[in-house]
Formats: sequence, C-alpha cells, structure tokens
Amino acid sequence: MSAPPRLHVESGRVLLSGHWTLAAMLPDLTGLQAQLAPQRSVDVVWDLSALSRLDSAAAVLLWRTWGNAWPARLEISPLHRQVIERVAELPHEIAMPPALRIHPIEFIGSLLLKAGRNLQGMIVLFGQLLLDVAFLFKHPADIPWREFTANIYKSGAQALPVTALVGFLIGITISYLSALQLKSFGADIFIVNILGISIVRELGPVLVAVLVAGRSGSAMTAQIGVMRVTEEIDALSTMGISRTIRVVLPKIIGLTVAMPLIVLWASAVALLGGMLAAMLQLDLSFSYFIESLPRALPVANLFIGLGKGLVFGFVISLVACYFGLHVKPNTESLSSNTTSAVVTAITTVILADAVFAIFTRHIGVPQL
Amino acid sequence: MSQPVVELTGICTAFAGNFVHRDLNLRVEAGQIVGLLGGSGSGKTTLLREMLGLLRPTAGSVSLFGFNLNGSDALAQRAVRRRLGMLFQHGALFSALSVFDNIAFPLRELRCLDEDWIRRLVHLKLAMVEMEASHGKLMPAELSGGMVKRVALARALALEPELLLLDEPTSGLDPDRSQNFVDLVSGLQQALGLTVIMVTHDLNTLAGLASHVAVLADQRIIAFGPKDEVMSVDHPFVTGFFGADRRKLL
Ligand SMILES: Nc1ncnc2c1ncn2[C@@H]1O[C@H](COP(=O)(O)OP(=O)(O)OP(=O)(O)O)[C@@H](O)[C@H]1O
Ligand SMILES: [Mg+2]
Repeated sequence: MSAPPRLHVESGRVLLSGHWTLAAMLPDLTGLQAQLAPQRSVDVVWDLSALSRLDSAAAVLLWRTWGNAWPARLEISPLHRQVIERVAELPHEIAMPPALRIHPIEFIGSLLLKAGRNLQGMIVLFGQLLLDVAFLFKHPADIPWREFTANIYKSGAQALPVTALVGFLIGITISYLSALQLKSFGADIFIVNILGISIVRELGPVLVAVLVAGRSGSAMTAQIGVMRVTEEIDALSTMGISRTIRVVLPKIIGLTVAMPLIVLWASAVALLGGMLAAMLQLDLSFSYFIESLPRALPVANLFIGLGKGLVFGFVISLVACYFGLHVKPNTESLSSNTTSAVVTAITTVILADAVFAIFTRHIGVPQL
Repeated sequence: MSQPVVELTGICTAFAGNFVHRDLNLRVEAGQIVGLLGGSGSGKTTLLREMLGLLRPTAGSVSLFGFNLNGSDALAQRAVRRRLGMLFQHGALFSALSVFDNIAFPLRELRCLDEDWIRRLVHLKLAMVEMEASHGKLMPAELSGGMVKRVALARALALEPELLLLDEPTSGLDPDRSQNFVDLVSGLQQALGLTVIMVTHDLNTLAGLASHVAVLADQRIIAFGPKDEVMSVDHPFVTGFFGADRRKLL
C-alpha cells in the first residue's frame, strides 16, 4: 500500500520521492542511511517536492544528514517544511542526567542506612499500632471484627493443608534419618526425645514461619501495595477511616493469633509423621511413643514453641505491612518491596529464633 | 480506496450472557477521522479493545488493513500492531518507566534506531503534546491527570502509526489544550494521511476533528457517515446528544 522511500541523485540534485515514514523506511533503513551519507557535505539542491509523505522520524533523519542546519537550496512543500521545522526547533544538545556511579563502600553504607531507616519505620509503625489499640479500648465499637476474623481465616485456616503436608514429610524424614543412626547404637527409644524436642521446640515454629512468610506475608505486602498504587488507601483516609486500624491492625493481630495455632497443628502432624516412620523403621508402637512422649518432652517446650509462633507471626505481619505501606506507586517498587518483605521476614524470624535459643537454654531440657 | 483500514462484520460480544454488541458492522476507510459516540457503558472501549485484538468477540470477525488479527501468526500480528497506536482511557503508562522511557519504549522495540535519533523523536513528541523536556524524567505517578493523557498520546504517536485509536483523548484537558490537540491530530492527518478512530464525549473535539461520526446505541452502530448526515438521524440518543448544540457543529 505504501510506496517505498526513494532517493535519486542527478547532477547536483537530490530528489526524494515516495513515503518517507518510519514504517516505510524500516525494511531498508541501513541502505537508506548509506545512500544519504555521501550527500552530507556536498553542495546540492534538495528537491523534496515530489515527496508524498514525511513523518518526524524521517525529518530527524534528514535534519541529521544536513548537519543540524537548513540546506542552502531546498525545494519543499509548506506542509512538509512544517514537519521539518518542528525538528529544527528542538534544542541540539539536550542534557541527559549523567549516569550515577556508586562506589562499593558507598553502596554498603547506603544499604546500612536503608536498613536503619526500615528499622526506625517499623518501630514507628509499632508505636502507631499501640496508639490504635489504646484508641480501640476506649471506642470498642470501632474494633474491625470482620477484617480480623477474615484475616484469621485467610492466613490461618487456609494455611492448614500446606503446613500439614510439609510438617508430615519433615517428620517422616527426620525420624527416618535419626532411626538409622540410633539403630547402630542400639538406642532406639531415644527417637522419642529427638523427635519431640526438635519438632516441638525448633522445627515446627521455624518451618511454619518460613511457609507463612512466603504465603501470607507476601500476600499482605502485595495487597497493601496495590491499594497504594490504585490510591485505595487514600480513598479510605478521605472517608475518615484510619488505614492502620482498618487495614494493618487486623492483619497483624490476625496472624499473631493464628500463628501459634498453626504451629501447634503443624507440630502435631509432624510428630504423627515421625511416629509412623518410627513404627515402620524401629517397630516402635504408637502407644509406646505416646506414653513416653510426656517424659521425654517437658511441657515447657510446648510453651516455648507456641511463644515462638506468637512472636514470629507478629514479626512477619509487621514486616509485611511495613513494606506494603512503603510501596511507591509503580509496579517495579511493588515487586521489589514484596521480595524485601519476604526476605526480611524470614531473616528476622531466624534471628529471633537464635535469641530464643539463647534465653531459653536452661528451660525444658530433660535431665537424664 | 479499495481496502478498508478497519472492518468489523457481525460482531457480537457478551460478558456472562449480557450482550454488549449484537451483530455490529463498521467499515472505516483510510484517511477518515471517525468520532465514535455512545452512552457510558455502551461498549465503546470494548469495541476498541476488539479492534486491537485484546479481546476476542463472541462472534464475528475483525480485520485491520485486510488482516484478520485472530487468524494470523505472531509475526504478522506484530507487523500489523506496529501500524497502529492506541491511547487508553486511563493512560496505561508503564509505571516503572519514566515519561521519557515510556515514549521511547515503542521506538526502542524497533531495534534499529540509534539513541540520538530516539532522543530527538521523544523530545519532538513531548513538544507536540506541550510537555517540557524536563518532564521527561518524571515518573507516571508524579504526573497530573491531564499530563498522563498527554504522555499517553505522545506514546501512541511515537511510531506515527497509520491507524490511531483514541479513547477519550481530551477528557481531563483544559479547553486550550483540547484545541491544541485537535490542531495536532488534524495536522498529522494532513501530513501523514492517518486514519483515526476516537471515542469522545466532547462536542468541540468532535466538531473540530471528526470527518465521520459513528453512533453506538442499542448494541449496534445505528448511524455511520459524515457528521451532518448523522446529526439529522432521528434516534433518541442522537437527538439527546447533540440537542441544543446541533448548530455548533455545523
Ligand atoms: N471484562 C469485562 N467483564 C464483564 N463486563 C465487562 C467487561 N468489560 C466491559 N464490561 C461491560 O461492558 C459494558 C461496556 O463497557 P465499556 O468499557 O466498553 O463502556 P464504554 O462505552 O467505554 O463506557 P465509558 O464511556 O463509560 O468509558 C459495560 O456494561 C461493562 O460493565
Ligand atoms: Mg470507555
């Protein structure tokens, strides 16, 4: 449909014809540029009067060929002259911002400063939440029950299947591997101690925390982040609804309440898996396992496990909500903040776990 | 010309059983500037999306430049899509890219223009929509509503496509800017012979720019033709829309 752009040179005249548009030039752009280049410096008459179409991409091409100036002799229709005039009006050198180069030490420094700012921001968010709780104590009618229960359902009840599956498999694996070792020492019955302590006290809470951080933490960041991108958060504020009370608080309290319950559930299922493997591998009966469990596992361990669940749930949701609230209104920031939320949450959980291990080192270890 | 730029035949569209279009036909020839009118929710945006191939009609066929978008292979589709530009109702700018990069994006995708060329073209487009060169570094979230519209228009114009689809191009612009928009598009149309299909509710834009008017009502195109012909159609929507302003358009 479109006539290809043509260039015809004859005795000091350069004759252009056809469609000089980006679409028409594309098939043979390099060829065209090669044809134009030799005309650059020569003093010729540019005859553009036979041109049928000229778009701005072609105008830029011609303008550059002419060395950013009007040629001395030019024949062109007023319409096309206008197109080239627009290009001519552009400033020649448009300053582009210089690319920033960051020194590695500067990079580490800025990373640390950012981490410091995030920590400070989370503390501020925590303070805001305490104020909100105080406010809700005085105005119980404002308590967002619906959002709260919805969050328990979403991040608690709906997480039961996946945590059970993973817990069960981990229980089987640990039991199987320990059984191989214990058998060679003839210390079969210690399987109960190993499974009990490791699962209830350590693995259950940490495993669940990692799963929940990936599952509910990322969902929280993404949801709050999209609400920021689409200005929904602002719409809430205009209606006089506090975003922390309605959006953040139910998520944090919901997960803090739900986590110990998930930990209990996942630990129970993991023990079941371990029990099954012990029966198959060591011929340890269910009833023996259940009878000796209370002796091998002081009840303090259960409370430590549940306490860890509570703290981990709080940490995950606080980190997730913090990063969600700090999403900038673009997709790139949404994705990077969701990643940061999950990574930070898991790292903080492991850190908190280490702190727990230090402070509870004398509690709940059975004296033999 | 022999071949229509856009041809819709027997289009039916249904969302969950609700018909938005029923047996709709439209044929737009090269060089026409068609104003597409219709009440809110009558399916104008949906129709544009079907022309772009973003949405498959429940029945009927869409062809652009004689190609059936749904039938052809990926490379042919890409070649056809490069010949059209779309201005979305809400801008649809890439939120992670700056204004400059948004406009440069379709140019860079061609992979054969150098950076200096692209830079000049982007600044040209920015000037066309009356944005300052310094606005190039802003992110879409930092723009006002009307600026989003203008940047989106600049991006739609980046390749100076043969077919331009505009969804409410002048809503959110002040009257001066709307008039400049009209001048810009009619200037481009003269220089390049563009075909334009635009959804608009603005009588001034319609009066200044459109050569033809299509009216979408009762799930079909009830009238299509030159402006003055369509205005005299006796249909409640048409009489209601033009109403007292009928004279302004002539
Ligand atoms: N993805 C979708 N799913 C279901 N229904 C839809 C979808 N997209 C559009 N609709 C419906 O189709 C109808 C037409 O929508 P459309 O966006 O095309 O309207 P419009 O003519 O552009 O209106 P406006 O002038 O307000 O922009 C509306 O009733 C809308 O609810
Ligand atoms: Mg619409």
